[in-house]
Amino acid sequence: MGKGMFSESQLERMEREYQDWLGEYQKALQRLPERLERFSTVSDMEVKSLYTPLDIKEKDYFEDLGFPGQYPFTRGVQPTMYRARLWTMRMFAGLGTAEDTNKRFHYLIEHGETGLSTAFDFPTLMGYDTDAPVARGECGKCGVAIDTIDDMRRLFAGINLEEVTTSMTINPPASVIWAMYIANAENEGYDRKKLGGTIQNDCLKEFIAQKTLMLPPEPSLRLVVDTVEFGTYEVPRWNTISISGYHIREAGATAVQELAFTIYDGITYVEECIKRGLKVDDFAGRLSFFWNSHIDFFEEIAKMRAARRMWARIMKERFKAQKPRSMLCRFHTQTAGCSLTAQEPYNNIIRTTTEALAAVLGGTQSLHTNSLDEVYMIPSEEAVRIALRTQQILADETGVANVIDPLAGSYFVEALTDKMEEEAMAYIRKLDELGGMVAAIEKDYPQMEIADAAYQFQQQVERGEKIIIGVNKFPSERPELEFVLRIDDELENFQIERTRQFKEKRDKVKLQKAMDELRRRCEGPPCWENNVMPALIDAVRAGATEQECCDLYREVFGTYTDPGTF
Amino acid sequence: MNLVEQILAGDVRATARLLRDIDDQLPSAREALKQLYPHTGKAYIIGFTGSPGVGKSTLVDQLALEYRKQGLTVGILAIDPTSPFTGGAILGDRIRMQRHFTDSGVFIRSLATRGHFGGLTKSTNDMITVLDAMGKDVILVETVGVGQDEVDVANCAHTTVLVTIPGMGDEIQAIKAGIMEIGNIFVVNKADREGSRKTIRELKNLIELGLRRRDDEGWEPPIIETEALKGRGIPELMDAIEKHRRFLTENDRGQWDAVVAKRAKMQLLDTLREEALRELLRRMEARGENLDELVRKVTAKETDPYTVVQDLLQCELR
Amino acid sequence: MSEERKLRILIAKPGLDGHDRGARVIARAFRDAGFEVIYTGCHQTPEQIVNTAIQEDVDLIGLSILSGAHRYSFPRVMELLKENNAEDIAVIGGGIFPLEDIPKLKAIGIKEIFEPGAKLEDIVNWVRTHIKPRKAMVA
Repeated sequence: MGKGMFSESQLERMEREYQDWLGEYQKALQRLPERLERFSTVSDMEVKSLYTPLDIKEKDYFEDLGFPGQYPFTRGVQPTMYRARLWTMRMFAGLGTAEDTNKRFHYLIEHGETGLSTAFDFPTLMGYDTDAPVARGECGKCGVAIDTIDDMRRLFAGINLEEVTTSMTINPPASVIWAMYIANAENEGYDRKKLGGTIQNDCLKEFIAQKTLMLPPEPSLRLVVDTVEFGTYEVPRWNTISISGYHIREAGATAVQELAFTIYDGITYVEECIKRGLKVDDFAGRLSFFWNSHIDFFEEIAKMRAARRMWARIMKERFKAQKPRSMLCRFHTQTAGCSLTAQEPYNNIIRTTTEALAAVLGGTQSLHTNSLDEVYMIPSEEAVRIALRTQQILADETGVANVIDPLAGSYFVEALTDKMEEEAMAYIRKLDELGGMVAAIEKDYPQMEIADAAYQFQQQVERGEKIIIGVNKFPSERPELEFVLRIDDELENFQIERTRQFKEKRDKVKLQKAMDELRRRCEGPPCWENNVMPALIDAVRAGATEQECCDLYREVFGTYTDPGTF
Repeated sequence: MNLVEQILAGDVRATARLLRDIDDQLPSAREALKQLYPHTGKAYIIGFTGSPGVGKSTLVDQLALEYRKQGLTVGILAIDPTSPFTGGAILGDRIRMQRHFTDSGVFIRSLATRGHFGGLTKSTNDMITVLDAMGKDVILVETVGVGQDEVDVANCAHTTVLVTIPGMGDEIQAIKAGIMEIGNIFVVNKADREGSRKTIRELKNLIELGLRRRDDEGWEPPIIETEALKGRGIPELMDAIEKHRRFLTENDRGQWDAVVAKRAKMQLLDTLREEALRELLRRMEARGENLDELVRKVTAKETDPYTVVQDLLQCELR
Repeated sequence: MSEERKLRILIAKPGLDGHDRGARVIARAFRDAGFEVIYTGCHQTPEQIVNTAIQEDVDLIGLSILSGAHRYSFPRVMELLKENNAEDIAVIGGGIFPLEDIPKLKAIGIKEIFEPGAKLEDIVNWVRTHIKPRKAMVA
């Protein structure tokens, strides 16, 4: 008996009987044909009618699956998984002013949320203060407006920052916002060594998908490495990058593209950190991932399982990591915003439930469930409570969290997991050939792959090959919802005025000194002595606004616009 | 003010609208062009050619910025391909020129090839006429950059800049086979990349081998290294363009006159071709002859294209 | 031998929102419908959008926005078109809008709003029906 989970005689018999069955199946189809000409996942990966041991005959339990908490971690990153601790219920939240969002944080904690996740408004995400001319009309609309360390203090008022972990979705200005978080926490008496949380800080996927663009790729990577380096030595419980497939998927990528481009982004960050002189086992354990859970149930589960196995293999083989922790693809999941419909929005609860279930069966470490009204706007309290309750029902009522990786051994799920890995690895080889992710981005390669997939999907929807209930099957109008969140347009003036007053009270000399030091470090060659983080912490403590720090970045490093080819 | 007066006064909306009519080949646009033509000849025209992705738009963006700093006004024509399948086009060159969108001294127009080969559009020369007449000091023309036949720009521009980047594999071979002989200036963009020295060396060899323009004898085509995104090498490129301009205008071999005459000749022939064809087809139709019917006859071998044209010319031009 | 006039359409995303999936998909759909699309992508100010529309002499501006900042940017685009005597350029919007904002946007002259789930075919047909290239200029 060679490699594999089945004996040769078993497989021989299987082959014969499978062919027999296939004959029966074909015969039956003559009476009643298949419903569709072609069966495929939402990502258009074709699937067969039946999967058997033949589809996984090459697989070896120990090499390809292993036990939970053991290499290659296909079955989970911890030995205990949800038997010991459930996933963190972490709802992405941010609206209006810091006080508004703080109120939402407290509401969510009261209703059983176990981790915080901060959504910033567009000016904050792009490195502008509320008073910037380009920021007109944006304040607080899609998240919270954070201009200063004072806003940061208001945002987390009344929350114990050593007990709750905080995720912050912030990318080009991640270093600045993190500096505000650390400085504020220290002002409040917390120890930076005990702070836990995540900054998204994944600049590569911005070039690829989300287009929150500020600096060219090279300096963007330098700042990412600065934060990883600083975290490694100074804030050891912090996840300094959340390598994100979510936005790549939302931009229209297939599951395989999401997997491949995200893993390759991860490879790029690891390479950059090693170039800086960091040892892989010193930092890799703090890298985390962020996946989308889309509507195609098995495809998502397979993707998440494949991601764990791929990352473990890459870390071990490509980067020679020694510590098991360095090989873990720990991840957050968000259900797919792009799967929601404006038509019959209550159906979105069902979609989100299915997607959340896939994330749980895929072994996620934390989860955001979309609210039914998120297709229109930032969720209302009523809708967000249903979304949080969805997770709690899955966790406490359904029993799906009682057994670790319960779908392992399913011929279909294992075969799909293999296929995900195989096709993603083909992309990874292609990206290697193109000279790495930055070169590929400059050639618009991942952007074009995603745009092609997005357009193809849209055309499939229009031809009725992909069904969306309420849209192209049983089409329906968008109704008025009884609960709707409004962000007051007047907040903008309030926030502008508040930031203006804050700026007036600053110690100009101290601020200038801190900014000079930040500039000196930015202009110097990347190394620990020029790490921007200590200077940033001093600068924001001295009152530097987010935009002032980012303007300095833009001055020193230049700016970037999307190549926008088709 | 009438349309022509508006354009001569620099009116953006009027100019933009006439350009559209020219692009759409509307006969009425000829009248305006006639009236504008006497006001041309002041602008300096610079063409940029090279494969997609070499950074032509970014170079154009950087040069426009530099010319603006010198107080000169700039017109930009950026050409992208029309889809041969749908006739539609996505024109995205502007995206790299965003900082000029709100500068009234820069006029940018995106053009689609609409089935025209050679790197420019049918309308490019006439559009240059309009931008020149409206008072733009410098006109930057960016070709499609897909073929080896992009030679039209050399007849259209006073200075032609050929852009390439290191590490494009067969790029140099392609240049050698096609467009090497149209460059007055060579740019190796993204010069920080691996293979830059090699690309420069290869270009130098080709120039020394005599693969170069024949019409600017006495001009040594320079090779400029740039990193357009960072603005590196842009002053050197400006300087090279200025040197070439002086070379053309300040020598006594009559090269400037030759360049101007070449432009005029191209414009004359293009217009003749277009107008003669248009007129002949009009007359044919008027006589009740149908193009589709003639095509049918040729296809059925009842006649041949040569006889048809001969008959047509004899009939109409006798 | 005059070619048929081609529709020219500007697709732009006002504001700081970078989610360009919809803008890119619609740009392709318009290209495939035979239109000429000027694509300026993300992060455009109303001033940039209107200047581009005028220089490119487009018949239609398609604004794609998901952030909620349309309450500032859409009226500002309309205002600038008016200031530049370019009100004849039609404007449509695509993206996410609160229901009660839609009549307000139409009241300021936005010709149509396309919401999530709108079919590309319907959008293209709407353009074919409602947007005609303008007449020739007279010298």
